[in-house]
Amino acid sequence: MARLNEDNVRLAREIIGRYPKPRSATIPLLHLAQEQDGYVTNEAMAHIGELVGATSAEVYGTASFYEMFKFEPVGKYLINICGTMSCALMGAEELMHHAEERLGIHMGGTTPDGMFTLERAECQAACTEAPCLQVNYRYRFRVTPQNFDDLVNQLSSGQLTEEIPQHGTLTVTRQHIPADRGVGAVDPELVTEGPAWLDGKAAL
Amino acid sequence: MTSNPGGTWPHAPGFYPGDRPKIVTSRFEYEDSYTLQRYLATDGYAGLRAALGRPASDIHDEVKNATVLGRGGAGFPAGNKWGLTPQGVWPRYLVVNGDESEPGTYKDRLLMERDPHQLIEGCLIACYAAGLSQCFLYIRGEMALAQERVANALNEAYAAGYVGKNILGSKFSVDIVLHWGAGAYVVGEETALIESLEGNRGMPRLKPPYFPAAIGLYGQPTIVNNVETLANLPWLLRNGAAAYTAIGTATSPGTRMVAVSGHVNRPGVYEIINGTTTFRDLLYGDDFCRGIRNGNELKAFVPGGGSAPWFTPDQLDLPFEASQVGPAGSMLGSGAIMVMDSTTDIPRAALTLTRFYAHESCGKCTPCREGGTWLERILSRVVDGKGTDADLDQLLEVGESICPGAFPHASNEKLGLTAVPFPYRMNTICFVGPSAYAPVHSALTLFRSEFEARVTKRTLIPVTAVGQ
Ligand SMILES: Cc1cc2nc3c(=O)[nH]c(=O)nc-3n(C[C@H](O)[C@H](O)[C@H](O)COP(=O)(O)O)c2cc1C
Ligand code: SF4
Ligand code: FES
Repeated sequence: MARLNEDNVRLAREIIGRYPKPRSATIPLLHLAQEQDGYVTNEAMAHIGELVGATSAEVYGTASFYEMFKFEPVGKYLINICGTMSCALMGAEELMHHAEERLGIHMGGTTPDGMFTLERAECQAACTEAPCLQVNYRYRFRVTPQNFDDLVNQLSSGQLTEEIPQHGTLTVTRQHIPADRGVGAVDPELVTEGPAWLDGKAAL
Repeated sequence: MTSNPGGTWPHAPGFYPGDRPKIVTSRFEYEDSYTLQRYLATDGYAGLRAALGRPASDIHDEVKNATVLGRGGAGFPAGNKWGLTPQGVWPRYLVVNGDESEPGTYKDRLLMERDPHQLIEGCLIACYAAGLSQCFLYIRGEMALAQERVANALNEAYAAGYVGKNILGSKFSVDIVLHWGAGAYVVGEETALIESLEGNRGMPRLKPPYFPAAIGLYGQPTIVNNVETLANLPWLLRNGAAAYTAIGTATSPGTRMVAVSGHVNRPGVYEIINGTTTFRDLLYGDDFCRGIRNGNELKAFVPGGGSAPWFTPDQLDLPFEASQVGPAGSMLGSGAIMVMDSTTDIPRAALTLTRFYAHESCGKCTPCREGGTWLERILSRVVDGKGTDADLDQLLEVGESICPGAFPHASNEKLGLTAVPFPYRMNTICFVGPSAYAPVHSALTLFRSEFEARVTKRTLIPVTAVGQ
């Protein structure tokens, strides 16, 4: 299956070029792979290893530490319901039970049609808007069981495809450093002096 | 656009502006606050311009004089931290900690989504003042909108000459690289953040060295600062240290962002005056949370993020001042207050936090890896009504193996408890292990009867005795 495609290899090289050491690009490239295929394939990890100078085992070692990377297909929509304290105080458990019933799956499961995966998540930095959830990392706040049903219906009928791309796509905008504007990676093996502006005088 | 004191703006979910001085949230009222156009129309990049008009060491002094306390949890003054880099070792890096994931904490995400240029300007001022040659902006992976907004803002800022080579036509040049996280709480710890940025599993590094300022990214001096800390700098450079310290108190100047969640009438994010605002103001004030929901009694609150020992109504009059909250037995941490009313099932509430830290343990040290899991399992069994008397003591015993000696807790008049001051001793590399214990210890110390009511009054029969 899927190594990174041509466009992504080009992007990958651009990203690698921003770091003093190629391996620093490992996580960003894993996100690229997940965006391409919906999850991170073994072939993609081997390919990333070639690009950053690591073995595929090392890439997997890194990838497997992080919750967001999936190594098997998940639903088109990954629904993460927060269960940490503030959300729990405001009814997260009830919301989770409701979600399990509505979708007919347990936490961690995927619906047979491949549309939804349900996960129990930890604090999403939206504690004042509890209970909350994310669909492919897009927020829904103060979610009632009714809101949850409406959300599932909207997702199923394709009404939210523009707002919420399929699992793997985090952003539509990427950073791009124009060649004539960028300083370039500051490699500690090549740069050993202090920066020019520390000459005791104003820069402007 | 008209100001909306006390109200809310739907585009900044949870934020209530009130009628207070604003250092980092002044643009939230504009729906397009995240665009370069709006930023430039509202003093944007004026702080950077002012900074570049003076020698770098001057700017460093200005930040030192203002005592900008770190907003990531430890409260270490930024200006002093920048001074910890070893002489003559180059290059040096800036790593921005945008990994916000401490339970209860919600502020950095708003700052990144609503005012990304302010953060970028703050990064640039820090790099200029401290001589940092490249900046990495590490944003938590799950924050898709923040990544989108910061990516957009960086692209705008590069195109307009605010970031990159010869900024504003000067000799100051620095790149800001947007970096994505991928979901792991412990990566917020600064040495784990650096490991993650090097492409590794995000495990904290052994100490010493205590500060990445000495040995950090790629073994070079590295400053790690929180998003909110850096977001303070543009205002500071526009208005000066004297104006900054005129707000708040001498030891806690300026403002800070706090998130109050749980059982209050108006949970929300507030920019409050540092040092003087009290927990009572915050929980009951008209300008803030307007009291406990349904007219209920306040039972307990977590004053500084999930890692912090708990307070009860006895501590309501403490101000946001580390030198008072520490001796009272807790910490201000990341500005996250979680409120529990009289209906709260305390053992269950503690479990939601202990489970969090047990799950987020990176596994590098035994007391945290094993101890956290034990705490979670024993506590779950107690919550499920399957625990015994002995379990309660065992919880404290396991805690003792993570944090030997007296663990900090608040005073309590009714229970006749005097406070044990912060901090604690620990057998672990980072604070995740102790954080798994903090909620258990607080809950058991302050609400032991609720646990006792939950367990069966029998002692464990040793396995060997069965069938004898
Ligand atoms: C387990 C753990 C998690 C942390 N998470 C964060 C975080 O998400 N964001 C943050 O800014 N600081 C976090 N910190 C604190 C950082 O280690 C560091 O002190 C901080 O980023 C320094 O920035 P400041 O001096 O500007 O506050 C965490 C610390 C620990 C021990
Ligand atoms: S305390 Fe826990 S999270 Fe921190 S280094 Fe040790 S095992 Fe890892
Ligand atoms: S506890 Fe759910 S978002 Fe923080």
